[in-house]
This record gives sequence, C-alpha cells and structure tokens, in this order.
Amino acid sequence: MPKRTDIKSILIIGAGPIVIGQACEFDYSGAQACKALREEGYRVILVNSNPATIMTDPEMADATYIEPIHWEVVEKIISIERPDAILPTMGGQTALNCALELEQHGVLKKYNVEMIGATADAIDKAENRERFDKAMKSIGLETPQAEIAQSMEEAFDVLERVGFPCIIRPSFTMGGSGGGIAYNREEFEDICGRGLALSRNNELLIDKSLIGWKEYEMEVVRDKNDNCIIVCSIENFDAMGIHTGDSITVAPAQTLTDREYQIMRDASLAVLREIGVETGGANVQFGVCPETGRMVVIEMNPRVSRSSALASKATGFPIAKIAAKLAVGFTLDELANDITGGATPASFEPTIDYVVTKIPRFNFEKFAGANDRLTTQMKSVGEVMAIGRNFQESLQKALRGLELGASGFNPIVDLVNDEEARAKIVRELSEAGAERIWYIGDAFRLGMSVDEIFKLTHIDPWYLVQIEELIKLEQEVSELGLAGLDEHAIRYLKRKGFADSRIAEVLDIGEQEIRKLREKHSIFPVYKRVDTCAGEFSSETAYMYSTYDDECEARPTDRKKIMVIGGGPNRIGQGIEFDYCCVHAVLALREDGYETIMVNCNPETVSTDYDTSDRLYFESITLEDVLEIVRIEKPKGVIVQYGGQTPLKLARELEANGVPIIGTSPDAIDRSEDRERFQSAVTRLGLLQPENATVTNFDQAMIQSRHIGYPLVVRPSYVLGGRAMEIVYDEADLRRYMTEAVKVSNDSPVLLDRFLDNAIEVDIDAICDGKDVFIGGIMQHIEQAGVHSGDSACSLPPYSLSDVIQDQLREQVRKLAFELNVRGLMNTQFAIQNNNIYLIEVNPRAARTVPFVSKATGVPLAKVAARVMAGQSLRELGYTKEVIPPYYSVKEVVVPFAKFQGVDPIRGPEMRSTGEVMGVGESFEEAYAKANLACGQALPAKGKALLSVRPSDKERVIDLARGLISLGFTVEATRGTGSSLKEAGIECTIVNKLQEGRPNIVDAIKNGEYSYIVNTVEGRQSITDSVYIRREALLNGVVYTITLNAGFATVKAHTVDDKARVSSLQDLHKRVKDL
Amino acid sequence: MSIKASKTARKAILVLADGTVFNGSAIGAEGQAVGEVVFNTAMTGYQEILTDPSYAEQIITFTYPHIGNYGTNLEDVESNRVWAKGLVIRDMSLIASNFRSSQSLPDYLVANNVVGIADIDTRRLTHHLREHGSQNGCVMTYAANEEAPIKAALEAAQGFGGLAGLDLAKVTSCKESYEWTQGSWLLGEGFATATETPFHVVAYDFGAKMNILRMLVDRGCRVTVVPAETTAAEALALKPDGIFLSNGPGDPLACDYAITAIKEFLAKGIPLFGICLGHQLLALAAGAKTIKMKVGHHGANHPVLNIDHGSVMITSQNHGFAVEESSLPSHLKATHKSLFDGTLQGIQHTEKPAFGFQGHPEASPGSRDAMPLFDQFIELMKQHALTSAHS
Repeated sequence: MPKRTDIKSILIIGAGPIVIGQACEFDYSGAQACKALREEGYRVILVNSNPATIMTDPEMADATYIEPIHWEVVEKIISIERPDAILPTMGGQTALNCALELEQHGVLKKYNVEMIGATADAIDKAENRERFDKAMKSIGLETPQAEIAQSMEEAFDVLERVGFPCIIRPSFTMGGSGGGIAYNREEFEDICGRGLALSRNNELLIDKSLIGWKEYEMEVVRDKNDNCIIVCSIENFDAMGIHTGDSITVAPAQTLTDREYQIMRDASLAVLREIGVETGGANVQFGVCPETGRMVVIEMNPRVSRSSALASKATGFPIAKIAAKLAVGFTLDELANDITGGATPASFEPTIDYVVTKIPRFNFEKFAGANDRLTTQMKSVGEVMAIGRNFQESLQKALRGLELGASGFNPIVDLVNDEEARAKIVRELSEAGAERIWYIGDAFRLGMSVDEIFKLTHIDPWYLVQIEELIKLEQEVSELGLAGLDEHAIRYLKRKGFADSRIAEVLDIGEQEIRKLREKHSIFPVYKRVDTCAGEFSSETAYMYSTYDDECEARPTDRKKIMVIGGGPNRIGQGIEFDYCCVHAVLALREDGYETIMVNCNPETVSTDYDTSDRLYFESITLEDVLEIVRIEKPKGVIVQYGGQTPLKLARELEANGVPIIGTSPDAIDRSEDRERFQSAVTRLGLLQPENATVTNFDQAMIQSRHIGYPLVVRPSYVLGGRAMEIVYDEADLRRYMTEAVKVSNDSPVLLDRFLDNAIEVDIDAICDGKDVFIGGIMQHIEQAGVHSGDSACSLPPYSLSDVIQDQLREQVRKLAFELNVRGLMNTQFAIQNNNIYLIEVNPRAARTVPFVSKATGVPLAKVAARVMAGQSLRELGYTKEVIPPYYSVKEVVVPFAKFQGVDPIRGPEMRSTGEVMGVGESFEEAYAKANLACGQALPAKGKALLSVRPSDKERVIDLARGLISLGFTVEATRGTGSSLKEAGIECTIVNKLQEGRPNIVDAIKNGEYSYIVNTVEGRQSITDSVYIRREALLNGVVYTITLNAGFATVKAHTVDDKARVSSLQDLHKRVKDL
Repeated sequence: MSIKASKTARKAILVLADGTVFNGSAIGAEGQAVGEVVFNTAMTGYQEILTDPSYAEQIITFTYPHIGNYGTNLEDVESNRVWAKGLVIRDMSLIASNFRSSQSLPDYLVANNVVGIADIDTRRLTHHLREHGSQNGCVMTYAANEEAPIKAALEAAQGFGGLAGLDLAKVTSCKESYEWTQGSWLLGEGFATATETPFHVVAYDFGAKMNILRMLVDRGCRVTVVPAETTAAEALALKPDGIFLSNGPGDPLACDYAITAIKEFLAKGIPLFGICLGHQLLALAAGAKTIKMKVGHHGANHPVLNIDHGSVMITSQNHGFAVEESSLPSHLKATHKSLFDGTLQGIQHTEKPAFGFQGHPEASPGSRDAMPLFDQFIELMKQHALTSAHS
C-alpha cells in the first residue's frame, strides 16, 4: 500500500531549545522528518522555537514557524495553515506534551487535524506509569516493583513497602528530570518534593531499586501492517542507577546469549503492540539481573529519542526518516534502505560488524555546588560516539573524542603521592561521577582486581577485563620504552585503539615520534564503511570509520573536495550552533560542485547524518585522526573555523603538517586570540578597549588593579567560555580571587580588565572576503555587561542604540576585518558605556549567533562565508548590503539550573546556558515576550513584585517600579531598595531579608506571594548573601531576573499579547526581500 | 594479552582455494580444518551455529567481531556436537561473561577439537566471499617461530571437493530412530516437557536442529526422529499424523532416497512440512529444481515476505542451495520470498497438505517471527485428521 493521499499537509512539532535531556538529536530527527515528508510531496509546516536548528532553515519546510511551542500558539498556526495531520513524535517530550495538550483542549478536533505517528492514547499509556505497569502485566512482562504516589503522604506510604534505596521518577518529564535515588529519608523527601512539582500530572513512581542490574535499550520500528524490526540493541556499560543518557553505552548488546536477546526482542515488540505504537520508532528499556537473567521492562518512549539518534548513527539506519514515512502510510518493505543504494529494503534488521561506544560529556565545573554524582536524573550536556572494530578501540577513540584532555586512559589520581588515592578511587567507583571511567583505569593501576572493581561498580566484567588489559599494556609500553616498540608492538597497540598521543604520553615523548614510527613501518588506519549489513551487500554510501585492519574501503575520488571539521561533543558554549554552521558549509559547497567531507564524532547532530555530506568520517577530532583522513582524501581545502574551538585549536598544527586550511589563516586567528598581538592591532586602528593588564603574580595584580580601577573582570588567560571568570568590586575581593580562585604563575597569567558597569553589550557577525565586509547583523544585548554574551538575551535589530553608534560599530568591524585579514566569518563584541564604544573581543570564526542572525535576516551567513572561503567574492554572491529587518527578533537562552540543585541560579560572566530560542514580533516588546514564552518562562502574571537591587541600581529601579505599578503590579522591596522608592514617592511595602527576622522573603516566596522578583547584585559577598532569593524563586517557580535591563524589558513586554500573532519565516523573509 | 605474549602465541592462517591468504592467531584446537568457507551475519548465537548440523563441512566466519563474549553453556546447542569444521573471527573474547556460561569459547573449541583463527580482517573475507562466491578454504595453525604453512594450506583447500553433489545428510543424520520429548527452553525454568501429545510426527533427520523438535513438542507433538534413509513404508508404519522434513547440510539433489520417500508421502496425502533442506527436498519431490547460490544466505536478519498477507518476517537463514522459483510446477505455489534478493523462501502444495520454508522458523539463533509456521503444520494435521475421519 502506498502513502496516504487523504492527507496533504502535515504539521511537525520540534523540540524547542536545547536542554539537558533533549538536545540536538531532535534537530536531526526533525530535519529528517521534514526531508522525508516533502520528498513524498506533502506540504510540511513546522513549529520550533529554536533558531539554531537545521530543521528551521526556511528551505526545510513549506512554512516554518519559529514560535513558542505552546498549545495556544500552535493552535494559532493550525488555524492559519489548516494542516490535515500533526506529527508529534519527532520533537521529544516537548512535542508529545504539546500534542497532548492540543488534543485535550479540543484543538485537533476543532480543526479536524489527525495525529499521526502516535495516538494520544498510546502516548498516555506509555507515559502514565500506572497504565504502563498494567499494560505490561497484561502481556506477561515484569516491571520493577513500584507504586504511584500523588502526594508526599502517599510517597511516604509507598516507602514503607519499597524501602531504601529506592528510585523516584516523576511522570511526564524527560531526561529523568526531578528523579533520583534516595538512600535516606532526607533525600527521599527532597527528591519527591521536587518530582511532584515537575511532573505534569503531579505523579511519582517509586521503584524498588534495581541498582546494579544490567541495563539495555532496544530501538524498535513498526509499520501499520504490524511489521516490526529491531534497529539496534544497546547495552549500558554503567549498570542501572545511572540515567541511560549519562551512561556509557555500547552497541550492539555484548553479553546476551541469543536466547536472552530474543526474549528481549520479543518483549520489545510486544510492548509496542500493547502500547499501541502503530507506526514509527520507539525505544524500550530493560533491566536484567546479572545473576539470573530475570528481565524487567523499565520504560518505553513512543517516539524517536536520543537513543534512536544514536542507533541511527550506530547502524546507518535512519530511524527518524523511516518513521516519518511510516507515519504517512508506507510499510517497511515499500521503503528502500538507502545506504545499500536500495539494494535491500528497510524491512530488515541492521547487523553491524563493529562496536559502537557512546560516552556522555558533562559540564559540572560550571555548576559549583551542584551534586555531581550520576543518578537517574540526566545531567550530561553532550555525547561522543566512536566506532571501532573492537570494544577497546571504540572506547579509546571515544575517550579522546570527548576533548577533555585525555587521549585514552590518562591517570587521574596521583597514585604515588596522594595518600588518599585509594579512598578517592573507591568512592568514585561506588558513587559514580563524570570521570568514573578514568578512575577505573587508576583502580587497575593501583592493583585492584576485576572482581573488586565489579563489586564497586557493577560494570560487567566483560568490559572491565578489557580496560585492565589496556592498563597493563600501557605499563608494558613504559617498560619497553620507545626502542622496544617494534612494528608488531605498534600494530598490536593501534588495533586496541591506542592514540599516538597516549603511547607518547606513557613514554613521555612527543606525539610525532610515534607518528614517525608508524610511518616508518607503514602502519596506517584503514577506513571501513558503515553499511547496515556487515558487508553482505555492497554499499556506495561513504559513511566511514577508521580501524587497523587489512582492507581499506575509503575509495577516495579525485574530485575537488573540501573537508569540514566539526565541533565534537556538545558542551555548554559549543553546541548545536556550530553544527548548524558546519552543515551549512557542506550544503553550500555541495551545491557549488565540491565533494564535501565531514569529520565529526557527535551522534546527535545533522552533520553526522550520512547524507548531509558526500563523505562522512565518524572520527574523533584530534590531530592524529584528522591527519590520517587528510592523508587518504587529500582535500583542496579544510575548513576549521566552523566547528567552534575544537577544530580551531588544531589549526596551527594541521597547517604545520601541510594541511590546506582555507578561510582566515591560523596566524590571523592567533592574532585575534593572542592578547599582545591583538592589542597592537587595536592600537594601530585607534580603537578603544577597556583598560587591562596581564599579571603573573599576586603583587602585580594589586599594583595593576589600582592603576586600572574597580570594578574589574578577572580571569585566567588559559581558559575559554568564561571559566573562573569573575567581577571583583574591591581589593579585598581581588585578594580572595588571586589566592583562592586561581593559581597564577608565569605560565598561567591572570587577565584584569576594567569592568564596564551598566554598559550595553553588542554582538556583530560579519563576513569579509578581503575586499568587502558584509555586516550580518547587529545584536544588542538585553542583559548589561557582566553577563556572558552566550547567556544574554539579545535583539536584532538593536532596540535602543542610536544610528550614530550603530554606524560607528559597523565602521570598527570593517577596520578589524581588514586588519586581521579575515576570510569568512567574524564575530565582534563591543560594550557601550556613555556613548563610548569599547572593543571587548574579536573571533574570526563562526559564532554561536550565526544561525540566529541568519533566521532573523534571511541571509544564510554560514553558506555565504563558506563560499567566500572557497574563493568567491561577496560581490559575486550578491551580498553587499546589510539586511535590517522591519521586525524584531529576540534571542533568549535557557539555563539548566533546575537540574543542578545547590547552584546559585544567577547569570554571570561564565556561560551556563544550554540552548536558545527566538521570538519574532512587530515590536521589540512583542519579540521579547514571545522569546520568554518560548523558554517556558511566560511573563510574570500581574500580582506582587519583589524588588531588591544593588546600590548602583537604586536610581534606575524607580522607573522600573513605576512601570510595574502602571501595569497593575503592587511592589514590595527590601529595606534599601524600599527607601529609594519611598523617597521617590512610590508606595511599597518592606519585606525582611533572611537575616532580618520573620516573616521574611523566603516565607513570602514559599507562600506564593510574589509573581515576579527583580534581584540585582554586585560583588561576591552580596551575591552570596542573596543566593537564597534566587534559589527559592527557582524552586517555587517564581519568575525572577537579575538585571534591571531585563526588568525593563519585561515591563515593556507586558504591554503586548505574546500569543496574538504568529508569522512564518518564509513570510518574514519575503518582507525583508520586499524592502 | 601482553605484547610479549602476543609475539610467541600460536599463529594460524586461512588460505582460500583461490590463493587468498589471511594471517591471524590460532584459537581452539591445533591442526587444520578444511571446508567451504561461509560467513554468518548474526550478532549472537555462535554456539547454536557451531552445533547446527547444517554447517557440516563448512568453516564459519562471523561478521560480528567479538565472539565468545558470553561463553558456552549446556543448553544453547542444536545437536550433540560441533559440526562446523572451523571458526574464523576477528576478536576472541578475553573472558566469558554470562550467568549461564559453563565454559569459555576457546576451551569449548579445544574440547570439541575445532580449529579456529582470530585477528584477521573478517570484513575483507566477507567482501571476498561476496564478490567471488563461496570458496573452499583451509585454516592451519602453526607455532610463532615457524614459517606460515601457506603452501600446505592452499593444497588442502584446493583438495577439498566442495559441497555440490555431496550427500552430507547421511553423515549428520541419526543412525537409529528415537523419541524426542524435550520442549522449549524458558528463562529460569530450563527445558519444558510436553504434557499432552495429540499428534504423532515422524521427523526425518537430515541434520535436524534440536529447536525444531522442541517447537513440535511445545505444540503437542509426540516426535519420532528417524534416520535420513528411512523409507516411506517404514515411516508410514509408525502411523504418523504428519511427516516433518528437517534441515541439513549439503546438496539436496544428492538425497535421492529422501526424494523418493517424499514422493510417496505426497501421493499418500499425509501432512508434510519441510524446513531448509527439507523444504528443498519437498520441492524436488514435487517436481521443482534447486540451484547452488553464489554465497547463500547466512544470517539472522533476513526479511521474508509472506506473499499472500503482504507481511514481513525477520528470519534466520542458513542455506547455500535454493529452490528455483521459475521451476515450480503448477501444483506448487510460492508463498514466501526473500526481500534481500527475491529468492524463493516458501512453497505450498496446492493439492496436497504439504508446505516448506527455506528459512529457520525455529530460529535459534535469530528472530522468532516465523514460528507460527509450526502452528500451520499443526493445523494441517488437525484438518487432515478431520477429513480422514470423515472419509
């Protein structure tokens, strides 16, 4: 039976901003779904608030709405577009929840929209724990002994029967939000309280702990004729108790006999049938008792998921694409398996002849004070995947792909000098943190046995013995020395995945020594293809990975080719935006007739889709791995400026090894990053920089600080992304910083910059071809200087900058671009204080703002710049005039504070946001309001506002209070703020701070008295003193802001209706063209 | 293994009859193994495959690189011995890790005198077989300080006659008939036994996999397993409700005795069900032709279309010969076909209660999607009993 002809148009709901637990894998699935459905001739309408996605590129859908994923907004879109069907299974939990709400509010019925891919009942049955348990029982499957609680009383009642430790999981949340393992009463109460608040239906599932059981996932696809296939089985390296998103996982399952595997397969299919997933992909999770093989069903997701993205990359079977086609009526046997060029149908089970390892990447260092132990609530922000011909190779590749400075099993504990080494290792093994894998290595170095480590970790010995062997081999290498490494030894080590750099580290020599040795013996990797069929059929699809074996299947062509190096695993500060840029480079150059080669190791992304580029190398981004690909492919040019810091930091060495870098030269990049070289350029151009100094010891810092004056921005020179950056307001604070926060030395200097308080920050993206400079867009930040640019909301065009200032900014960007000899993209950050323009920094590379600017203006900056890098001029390309849209676009960010209890939820100089949204409006106010709605943080309802501001804001807060009162708010304030207000004749009540007696602010927040809190602070002490306000606000769901500017923007936004108007990107861009 | 130990460890070579050489490490027994080299793409089930009599005279290479992960046990066997001549893999597991494991795979290979080779590029071998068709080959082990015995292995490989025309069923079949009473294995319970057995099935053993017999017992069959050369008269004297024709190795054309017997069964109109070789024999007896395939089907992920229902099953497959669809006489209807290469996968007699399936509905290893075919056989016997009673 062919596709359905009774539906013509389909609305796809995206996943919204990147958050922990829901990341760019949904851009991958959504983009695939869009492509798949348009290929079949359907009109595709898309809603997603996330501008940094490929799926929201205007070419991907017929009508693209970058609008809040809120059911009322989506209803508006439905009323305009009148789709025949809605596909909710591609946008994670966000899309499912939105679809359910549309259904519950009768919207789908009203507009006669059919839900395809999943039914409301199936979604509910899968997500509602009680129904799910009942359903499983009815098909004879066991679920963990668990009970439902809908209140704290019920929870304690359940605890009586379940006992400690127990696992608590709220219903209808993703990434295990609000869940956790409780070992005692206090933890139990804490987790239950949080979970009840987060669950959409105030429901908790409290399980008997299956900690230590083996955990598996099955990726299943089903069509309307009840044909079912397992695309991939995944075995968790980490045992139950750690969220699968935070676990190291391996595909395929390694330690199941066929009998056990088939039991799990049959169960998976039965689960899909029982839940009623009629078409599409789903994921079923199992726990298996290692001693008896007893199996329980943990949960199922009736949609594509992070695991299905991983499974797609791990097998070459595009689950989302197939699921989209099944949703419109195709059956599996009617669809071709693209990777074999259609030689085989999609109705088969991929079989693989390699091992895939995924390792999550964490950013705990950015969330001081957070619980950094891994539990059932997901905390990782990205992941790396590696393919090897055996587990050891795949694991070691993944370790170096993480880019955490490890090239393999680098030691993490000082076993010689640290007396606490053993205790530390034992703790890290039994209570896993982000680095447990390396502690396992050290445990073996310490002489612990596989059995001991198994008892502490419950990691299957099958994995542990392989790590043990790797550690022993390192010790043997160290004994043999460089001279002892003959051809056999090198080949033996390479087949087990040792990086040249790891072998070199063990021998304390340079990486190039090992490379030379390999070259001498002609030991090079070969490239094997991912073909879904283990070589049974021939595959022309160039999806490859390296290994040390006989036969190389790379078969490079002699076309003119350009290689794009991707960004590796997502992390805070380097996320989907860079993948977006890489994909755009590939798309543009492909269109221009180049053969494009992508190198990346992030399984969540569109860039690692095998049909995005002509050739995909799924490889870790290290010097060795990239050089080997270059050796095989011999590209005409390599682009390093699109993948963020990852490829950029390889640029110099790549160039030194003869790799043809195109675009801005590594030397020019260095000129912008090296402080001294940069300053001399700035001086030559006569531009203004905040006064600054570089110091290498404590005394220097004191002298320089007096010279520059306070407040100061201080940071170590060797870190990126605002790590350990602080604003200090006086000398005492600087003393503390210099002694406690950083280790200053000649090798690691500390940078002091004059902090421009209350300055307006501006970001500008531009492209330079050497002759012309094209201004992509000027973005005015909403939060003032002091909040990391990546964490600040911004508006394009600026909402309060004068034309004169804007022109000056443009001129400065032009000068800088020529001075730095930029070829391609450049991002410049300025701060404007008292009409003086200060240059903060220049990055001659793709910035995280590029996709936002492109969506806001309709100019595909990354594509244009890629073409410029390949030699075309801006004039040839027709980009000479800056586009200033006749509407406003506001970018707002989401910060994962809710996932990290105990952290001060304040935006500061260190970037901590995971994702972004865009709101578009006719006015700045409307755009800002919509951006907030899209973040899930609707504008505060009218009610009582609490104002508590720092001394320097006491003037400006008066206007804010007036604004709030005129909107109908009543105002309450802390003593200092209140007296300024009263002096200005503003009526307000005074509330006690925490230490001032009761009732106080905390009581008021807990009692739900406030709908809005404005709390601005400066200086470490005052930040520390006020942390309870922000924490309580976050915990109790009260909207709060930490800058006055955001407060003013909120007041302004209150004058508009955030759900009144929706517009498609295509219409917006048409307006730009018609200008 | 340390670098040092890996230098002195025993080595092995695999040499194909066309002269292609693979250098690797010895695993399992010492000596040499000669046979037809085939690849299998199943990612689990190596013990079932090694003990499957259909692999007699074959050297198996697994495309999945890690083999031996979960060791071996006393339950996951398809016969009482290892039938495969040799084993070719990329990585032998360092340990066995599974609660049911009773012996590691290397120990199991030694105990069963199976010669094997590891650490070769099995994907290259798979490609080679795919391009050039199944090949005869020889695995030979040798000491690290010896020259690789390429010449001797090549001679041995070339000396092997191949499977075409070879009647291996006689070798793998039981020599005397016996009753089979064991049912399926269940997690935590072990093997079941039948309580009620309303049907009596005579199962021709051409190298039957035990799981087939278990499937029959599960469905209420009293199973009498008989040797391959049992005549129709002997079988019918047992008064069966149905005849089952098992899988087995080698060329179906060589089993003329079985074809003769099946012709009689067809004439008699007794319910017949054939799997794999049994299916091919049924086809031959009914007037169709068989051919030797280029590489055959060896895997657990093969999609098979049920032509009438339009549904797809994921099946386990292991055959080097196939029934040619174009040769089907009018009284044989094609019921199933492979969605990988379109080859015929199932037939049904339009006039007699007989049907055959090329894949392995008993799975073991592999997906159990096709198991309902056993129910179809039971249904056939039920109906036959009814009509016989009426007539």
